[in-house]
Amino acid sequence: MTRSTTELPVTNADVRIARYAAAAIALSVAEAAIPLPLPGVKPGLGNIITLVVLARWGWREAAWVALLRVFAASLVLGQFLAPGFFLSLSGALISLVVLALAQHLPKRWFGPVSHSVLAAFGHFAGQILIARLWLVPHDGIFYLVPVFALAAVVFGTVNGLVADYLLRHSPPRATSSN
Amino acid sequence: MKLAWHEWRAGFRPGDVLVILGGLATCVFFALSFWQGGVARWAEVRAGGKVVARLSLDRPAAVDVDGPLGQTRVQVEPGRARVFSDPGPRQYCVLQGWLTRAGAVAICAPNEVSLRLLGDSSAYDTLNY
Repeated sequence: MTRSTTELPVTNADVRIARYAAAAIALSVAEAAIPLPLPGVKPGLGNIITLVVLARWGWREAAWVALLRVFAASLVLGQFLAPGFFLSLSGALISLVVLALAQHLPKRWFGPVSHSVLAAFGHFAGQILIARLWLVPHDGIFYLVPVFALAAVVFGTVNGLVADYLLRHSPPRATSSN
Repeated sequence: MKLAWHEWRAGFRPGDVLVILGGLATCVFFALSFWQGGVARWAEVRAGGKVVARLSLDRPAAVDVDGPLGQTRVQVEPGRARVFSDPGPRQYCVLQGWLTRAGAVAICAPNEVSLRLLGDSSAYDTLNY
């Protein structure tokens, strides 16, 4: 076998992102098995991983993990380029923008739970935007807005607590990597 | 691994509680602003297909409408309206009682009179897919 002429050095960050993304994808796929009362209302368990990565490794890696999750999970579930994929993508993009701002909140007062709830609202906003503009171009969709908002608060809080728990119980960040 | 309550509670920082309360307040705000469509504001009375009266549901009122069989009386109170009396044989529209939601309709078919509640925006009377 001839050696490839292009070198693609794999950094520690790459390996880390891949591992976290794998965990997030597994959670997203597992979540797809849970029956849900309403399309669009789901726990978003994969976001727990995004929150952990955000707290430990920063926004850039969190964005990688979140977007890899959206693409890979949709491929696994056969949803790639289907409406559900675009809902996930727009939700993830807006919640990443929200997290980029939220991470600068004082750490003493605002933890993963705040990040999670705010990001959940970001998800909800991104989804309702796509849904209104493209999938259901009618104001009737706003009838469901309070339900989505309540789901964002509840699932955002739970996911944030789980992320916080994982952060407190995981070994301290290795300094030699990167 | 034991998941004690105090372990979870440690996840809440003071600001987190504020964010959650803010989120709940947002839910309430959304519910109030998006779920008000069902509130009725007007009562529309038709006879023979033509609108003969449009009454505000702010204050009590009554209107008599003449149809082929005789006189139908529609009564309005703050927030609700009903067909008070009708000469029709089966009295369906009277037995319906008070109508409270926008889009609700009471039809006195024999006397060709109908009462309909309207909200600020027009509600649907049919939907199809």
